[in-house]
Amino acid sequence: MAAAPAKGSPLMASRLSGTSLTLAYDQRVVATDLNVSIPDESFTVIIGPNACGKSTLLRALARMLKPKTGAVHLDGSVITSLPSKEVARRLGLLPQSSIVPDGITVADLVARGRYPHQRLMRQWSKADEKAVAEAMRATDVTELGDRIVDELSGGQRQRVWLAMALAQETPILLLDEPTTFLDISHQIEVLDLCADLHETGRTMVAVLHDLNQACRYATHLIVMRGGAIVAEGEPGDVVTPELVRQVFELRCEIIQDPQTGTPLIVPEARRRVTAPA
Amino acid sequence: MRPAEETAVPVAGTGEEAGAARDPGRRGRPAVLATGLVVGMAVLALVAMASVALGARGVSFGTVIDAFLAPDGSNDHTVIRELRVPRTLLGIGVGATLGLAGALMQSLTRNPLADPGLLGVNEGAALGVTLALGLFGLSDPAVYVWFAFGGAALTSVAVYALASSGRSGSSPVRLTLAGVAFGMVCTAIASAILRMDAQTFDRMRFWLTGSLAGQTADTLVRLAPFMAAGLVLGLMLARPLNTLALGDDAGKALGVGVNRTRILTGVAVTLLCGAATAAAGPLWFVGLIVPHAVRAVVGPDQRWVLPYSALAAPVLLLAADVAGRLIARPGEVQVGIVWAVIGAPIFIMLARRRRVAAL
Repeated sequence: MAAAPAKGSPLMASRLSGTSLTLAYDQRVVATDLNVSIPDESFTVIIGPNACGKSTLLRALARMLKPKTGAVHLDGSVITSLPSKEVARRLGLLPQSSIVPDGITVADLVARGRYPHQRLMRQWSKADEKAVAEAMRATDVTELGDRIVDELSGGQRQRVWLAMALAQETPILLLDEPTTFLDISHQIEVLDLCADLHETGRTMVAVLHDLNQACRYATHLIVMRGGAIVAEGEPGDVVTPELVRQVFELRCEIIQDPQTGTPLIVPEARRRVTAPA
Repeated sequence: MRPAEETAVPVAGTGEEAGAARDPGRRGRPAVLATGLVVGMAVLALVAMASVALGARGVSFGTVIDAFLAPDGSNDHTVIRELRVPRTLLGIGVGATLGLAGALMQSLTRNPLADPGLLGVNEGAALGVTLALGLFGLSDPAVYVWFAFGGAALTSVAVYALASSGRSGSSPVRLTLAGVAFGMVCTAIASAILRMDAQTFDRMRFWLTGSLAGQTADTLVRLAPFMAAGLVLGLMLARPLNTLALGDDAGKALGVGVNRTRILTGVAVTLLCGAATAAAGPLWFVGLIVPHAVRAVVGPDQRWVLPYSALAAPVLLLAADVAGRLIARPGEVQVGIVWAVIGAPIFIMLARRRRVAAL
């Protein structure tokens, strides 16, 4: 990337990409030599067994984790070389664990998503007002505006956090396991919402646990195992019984999801295979 | 979930309805809170007047006004102009700095028990001042305030490092324990130094329990720039701190310079605590209780918590100082003692509240 292509050039299929990434927490190396690019306007889902490095990769793409080697590029620039607020206007992240300040209302929490658009001297503007209202409407939390966030249900709370990330108005939105700790109906609710956001033109990148949900919602799937990317592409092309066995050590049958036509993984009953070396 | 194309404009809404739909959580609140700040300033002015008028020697309001408009060099006028006014202004400065310092520390550490006294910062500053006065014989406040800054900075770093060492990271309890332990060490060393030197001890006896008395207008003038710098810097940090309150990752994702904000807050706290301690000795509780009470009233938005804390603390500090003068007439009880008597029960009450750990 020495001579970065001009913005919007047809060569750039991807605004967000990582090249030769080595990712590590202190001395513990999680992944080496990862190359990944997020297709523009895709709903990319990163999937893989526990500890395969999928959240780590997402954190690196969101500049939460500095790669040991290699670099993440956003619009042709090394992401860490850009001012943090500048990045925050293009790329949003919903982290796995956030803190709800004691006693904060829904509207106030969503409003905090406007931070990258504000300055010391120019604080709350009409544009901020509009973005917050928009975000709350899209996530269906307008009615909850005056409620204290602590008192909401898990599903409602996750929608509020999504609204906060939406108020940031970034064309790219990264989500780290947005459905964890939610029951099935709230999982679907959050994923449907993500699909809606994707349809309005946003690039969405999510780490998910559930392979069937990933197949259903993703337009682009990144499958990881042991810190490496094993397969990439449309779920219908990528997900095979062979892949599932290789990645998750699970024998299964794959049928068509009767609702969407996407692959549906049906684990084989009773007999579980031990690792095929 | 989202009907197409009709999202931008609320249909047939009057201005007021549109406003309500737009931002239900904020409607009207900023106006109320801003009014509250003005009222707070008026209350502070009233308490300040009381602080000038009331004391071991009763003075009528008429005499107070004369002392400003037509000073005649009488005993009363001299007391007012040279003792009570500087003392009152010092109380305002020290109160504002400690209130803001406490609010900043509670926000930064996400620890509702953070307090410049409880976390050892004021004791560190006091040790610095004791060294300057007791060992090096420096008596210019503009010089020994640097020792206070040094002491405050060193203890904050040490306490934070001690509390966050190990795998579990810093929890409110660990931070408080580390702070109290460090504070005690600092106080013990300071006491040891003073025991060796009777003369300095005598001069610092009152200062060490926290007192607004015995400081001249000159001290105030010399410390005021540091207090002002700390106040301005601290108040400017409200928005990054608000954003960081959502967690380090969320804050960083929103574009906050996490380390920069931490360091700037540390600098502000050091300036505030150092200057306040150099002026009035190591005061406890003001920085703990005031932001707590303020949050209960104005909510978790630091843009309100910080200025309200800086305003409410001097009101309470001056009130306690006046009370101390009236209780033991014709003598007086130092404001640090009055605060400890009022503050300790409140502190126990706060600690017993179950949700105290969740800020």
